[in-house]
Amino acid sequence: MTDTLARHADRALHAGEPLIEMTGVGKSYGAIRALRGIDLSVNAGEVTCVLGDNGAGKSTLIKIMSGLHPHSEGRLSVDGRPVTFGSPREALDHGIATVYQDLAVVPLMEVWRNFFLGSEIRSGRYPLAGMRIRRMKAVADEELRKMGIVVRDIDQPIGTLSGGQRQCVAIARAVYFGARVLILDEPTAALGVKQSGVVLKYVAAARDAGLGVVFITHNPHHAYLVGDHFVILKLGATVLDKNRNQVSLDELTAQMAGGDELAELSHELGR
Amino acid sequence: MSQSVQTAPAPPEPGESPRVTPALRRRVLARPEVGSLVAAVIIFVFFLSAAPSFRSAESLFTVLYQSSTIGIVAVGVGLLMIGGEFDLSAGVITTSAGLANSMLCWYYGINLWVGAAVSLALCLLIGFLNGYLVMRTGIPSFLITLGTFFVLQGANLGVTKLVTGSVSSTDISRMDGFDSLQAVFASSFRVGSVTVWITVLWWALFVALAAWVLQRTRTGNWIYAVGGAPDSARAVGVPVIKTKIALFMTVSFLGWFVGMHTLYRFNTLQAGNGVGNEFLYIIAAVVGGTLLTGGFGNAVGVAVGAFIFGMTSLGIVYAGWDPNWFKAFLGVMLLLAVLVNLYVRRLSTTTRKAG
Repeated sequence: MTDTLARHADRALHAGEPLIEMTGVGKSYGAIRALRGIDLSVNAGEVTCVLGDNGAGKSTLIKIMSGLHPHSEGRLSVDGRPVTFGSPREALDHGIATVYQDLAVVPLMEVWRNFFLGSEIRSGRYPLAGMRIRRMKAVADEELRKMGIVVRDIDQPIGTLSGGQRQCVAIARAVYFGARVLILDEPTAALGVKQSGVVLKYVAAARDAGLGVVFITHNPHHAYLVGDHFVILKLGATVLDKNRNQVSLDELTAQMAGGDELAELSHELGR
Repeated sequence: MSQSVQTAPAPPEPGESPRVTPALRRRVLARPEVGSLVAAVIIFVFFLSAAPSFRSAESLFTVLYQSSTIGIVAVGVGLLMIGGEFDLSAGVITTSAGLANSMLCWYYGINLWVGAAVSLALCLLIGFLNGYLVMRTGIPSFLITLGTFFVLQGANLGVTKLVTGSVSSTDISRMDGFDSLQAVFASSFRVGSVTVWITVLWWALFVALAAWVLQRTRTGNWIYAVGGAPDSARAVGVPVIKTKIALFMTVSFLGWFVGMHTLYRFNTLQAGNGVGNEFLYIIAAVVGGTLLTGGFGNAVGVAVGAFIFGMTSLGIVYAGWDPNWFKAFLGVMLLLAVLVNLYVRRLSTTTRKAG
């Protein structure tokens, strides 16, 4: 599967080069400030893990990067140029693809239709130009097989695949269509141990191919397996921002579990 | 974004495939129109045996004509429902289209073609407004189009009363352009002893076009996606708002088309007509296997649904029964169709064991 990722990855990517830079980025929904003062850099060939409890602002952060909601303060630059995305299409055009935990695919549609959704191969540019269906089926089948995802029938509704397989199809699709930054929203949250392992292998493979990966999770164990850089959010602000060599798994786990608050609680409970 | 699709690998040899071809039974049952096809055959055989006058080519084409008057708009309503939305104004807009054309031309004494064009623009605008309001406000299309339905129903009566002083439009059969418009929208020709109405041909054309768009074009892919999972579709770059607004406009275009047919067939229109037809379109779509929640269905199924409607509405007459029972029969059909759809969807989407 590494071959396929490497083959489709952008050759102009150099490890360590910043792809997305955020400076003081914040987002308010009316009177509610969901996110404030976020400084974050997504580099090529690195996995940036964003951890945080429910409501910490993880979803808001990825919605800004993937173009679902524009940011309301601070600076977001892609390849050094400041941008504000108006739609996911604009983010995709900058090579930023997002795989959402719950909205990765359209369950009732066939596997091949899902694979090409939004990037269909057409036989012409005129309206009502037909899709090159045979070609699309062949490509989808071939690509998935090379990545070790065996579907019995490329025509079956994607809702009949397991959760892990659906995530993998969504990741394969993003990489195939030339993503430079891959944002993964809780890809392992609903999965069992074995399926999580498969998804984590993909994350590593995408990193090795030179992509910048943003891995959103609330599981520090999964994050530490693949991460190069760790950011922990709490109530819309950054509480930890460290490289792999500056932080241990225990420290991550403790921070995620509540850190100082937990120590205080333990003292109060007095056991 | 670069699309590195040039490196197309050779499709795998059929013999080499490690996958098992899924059971034929399951594949056939997973198609949306299968339930309605079975029902259509049963109803057809039933009326063949129950109603002697049903057994002729003439009555078959009368049934097809009856089906086409519902089927044309039902094609659009089916597409819209696959796209996850409703249009309750689809029935009454047919009358609005005809009235606008007729009264505008009668009042100002202009060529009927001009009126037809203005009427088309008006219908497309109504469709656009339906779609725009639904997408802009996030209010369910059921409510928005229910509002449009009442506005149009009231405007049809009110404006007609103002212009003509009665509740029907005036006779336009001697105005410029009537004959050519009638040829396009409401003519018929004879093949042997059979009368073929042109709407049957238009219906076949629209069904074929919709089937092509749904199965084989990018637009079709988007229609299924915006109905099945609009957020997922938007996240991969599908223009959800544009697609849905276009679907509302398709429905109002087809409503205009049937409005033109009714006007040029009967010369005058009753301002209260068309009310209630919106449910017939929805029934045709649902009986044809369209999922009420969107994302599933096809054009052939909707056509079969409209054919079932035409068959039963005339079959009851041919059989010499009290036609008042027709609606009761239609209701039973709808309930059965919903049950079949539920069963089929469970069968086709349950997780299959590997190997």
